[in-house]
Amino acid sequence: MANIIVLVKQVPDTNARIVLSGERVDLSAVKKVMSPYDEFAVETALQHREASGGEVTAITVGAAGADKVLKDAKAIGVDHIVRIDCDDNLDSNALQSMLASVVSSLEADVVYCGKSAADTGAGSTGPGLAERLGWASVSNTISVAFGDQLSVITPSSGGNARVNVPLPAVISCDKGDIKVRKPNVKGIMQAKRAQVDVQSVEVPASTISIVTHSMPPAKPAGKSYEGGAAAAEVAQLLRDEANVI
Amino acid sequence: MTETVVIAEIVKGAVHPTTAELITAANALGSQPVVVVPCADASLADGAAKFTGVAGILAAKSDVFSDYDAAGWAAALDAVTPAGIIITSASPQSKDLAARLAARRGISVVQDVVKIESGNLTSPIYSGKAMQTVSLSGNAVVSVRPNVFDASGNDGSANVSVVDTSGDVATAVQEFMARASNRLDVAEANIIISGGRGMGNPENFSHLEAIADTLGAAVGASRAAVDTWDEIPHSMQVGQTGKTVNPNLYIAVGISGAIQHLAGMRSSKYIVAINKDADAPIFQHADYGIVATWEEALPILQSTLSAMMA
Ligand SMILES: Cc1cc2nc3c(=O)[nH]c(=O)nc-3n(C[C@H](O)[C@H](O)[C@H](O)COP(=O)(O)OP(=O)(O)OC[C@H]3O[C@@H](n4cnc5c(N)ncnc54)[C@H](O)[C@@H]3O)c2cc1C
Ligand SMILES: Nc1ncnc2c1ncn2[C@@H]1O[C@H](COP(=O)(O)O)[C@@H](O)[C@H]1O
Repeated sequence: MANIIVLVKQVPDTNARIVLSGERVDLSAVKKVMSPYDEFAVETALQHREASGGEVTAITVGAAGADKVLKDAKAIGVDHIVRIDCDDNLDSNALQSMLASVVSSLEADVVYCGKSAADTGAGSTGPGLAERLGWASVSNTISVAFGDQLSVITPSSGGNARVNVPLPAVISCDKGDIKVRKPNVKGIMQAKRAQVDVQSVEVPASTISIVTHSMPPAKPAGKSYEGGAAAAEVAQLLRDEANVI
Repeated sequence: MTETVVIAEIVKGAVHPTTAELITAANALGSQPVVVVPCADASLADGAAKFTGVAGILAAKSDVFSDYDAAGWAAALDAVTPAGIIITSASPQSKDLAARLAARRGISVVQDVVKIESGNLTSPIYSGKAMQTVSLSGNAVVSVRPNVFDASGNDGSANVSVVDTSGDVATAVQEFMARASNRLDVAEANIIISGGRGMGNPENFSHLEAIADTLGAAVGASRAAVDTWDEIPHSMQVGQTGKTVNPNLYIAVGISGAIQHLAGMRSSKYIVAINKDADAPIFQHADYGIVATWEEALPILQSTLSAMMA
């Protein structure tokens, strides 16, 4: 029986256009979804439950609007849903401290999360949380097999490595070759009725402050050519002008 | 003055040249860094002695550094790394390490920095659709994107001191599964040539492989190519749900340039696009755009490059 946790974050749909209002991004008109890699974390957590028995708790850190991502996880099949209430823009230290305190209180065996969130792109939460808990961690896993230990596959220089991971551990999931299941009607009905367990924990002060958001610098218009023969000239420019080959 | 420390980037048992870019980033934060070199054999640190702009080289010697284990590496480095802003590369392994090290010190981590100005750090957010600039109060661990900062000089002769360290390793590598070819992975390569659905069928990727072999490049793919053809593995996928890459040169062939593909490669230093549709969005991001079929363009590209590299 395993006590399994999966972290899910609500992020703007990856198709969404990001706009600024003044010097901050304005997400008010943007559709929000579960961060893509978290879908693989949820699937892996459910497969772990099927292999060893136990229960899966999905946790998100966010404001009330983030309940939606928990309901989505519930519809796919997690047992419990927990939101750590918070409104602020957290730095990694604050976010991980909050998660660490709730994960320890739940006495979990394993935490699955996404390899990086679609908004931050950081990939900090899994390894950072593991360090705070004193647990093992592996990031960017593309396959997980369950037993007394986990056996995971992760990229390594020149190929992949199969790595044994003692529990407790935090695993940050890349896409890999698993198919994520979709919610069924029963799951969706259960999710509608499900209660979110809202917890509040102390937030350490942030030491990282956002100064400004901006649009990516516009790329100067490139050179364009018609017809495949231009490939010869481009190859020459890559050497003489760009200096990259 | 801000104290800075650079953790040298180790690839295949050697100090990687991107370490010189980390030194430039440290200099931009206002100081000459100590460069800490994680190594099982201290002679490896000699590879860092030539960098200029540094305060000194510290060879952190431990068996822990034979295989990568996040917990062991973070503990062993934390034990010998001076206080300050710690700078690592933003390679997948070093981002993992950066997060561990920061958590170990109870400080925050800022990943994927592409600009440092007046002590403020800028990184892409929302897959590069916007940029975020932050300020630090206190120390942090900062990972820096490769191929963005200029390299510091390499005609120096810094002092190397050796210090033994240790840490508890948590995970155990059971086996390495080498790639079938010795071509680089997209996450490691300085030049990438990627194919999309426009390649027509997976066999045609052999044309990309031939050019990759000429250039010492990696072969990548769009998600449409990975999803459509079993022969093209997900490990080749570049983009939002694939790998984020920052090569010096990215050649996109038969790729339309969807926002999720751009997310993974738009910060490449130079982008070449080959596409038969002049209106394909990829052309808005290309330094060199060739409107042509790949059938027409690739043989000419191949023969010109072969002649140049010969
Ligand atoms: C949540 C989410 C995540 C995603 N993640 C990713 C990701 O990580 N990476 C990714 O790439 N995509 C991703 N996508 C998919 C993305 O939206 C596009 O569907 C995909 O990138 C399209 O791939 P493509 O350009 O190869 O194919 P297409 O859009 O079909 O484009 C093929 C191109 O080839 C050109 N072409 C055709 N024949 C030739 C020829 N003979 N010679 C030259 N050019 C030719 C065409 O003009 C066209 O521009 C994601 C989508 C979603 C919703
Ligand atoms: N606010 C949050 N709530 C829940 N999970 C989170 C949160 N932020 C990050 N995570 C998890 O950590 C992963 C990596 O996030 P990041 O470190 O921001 O790239 C995400 O894919 C989530 O699984």
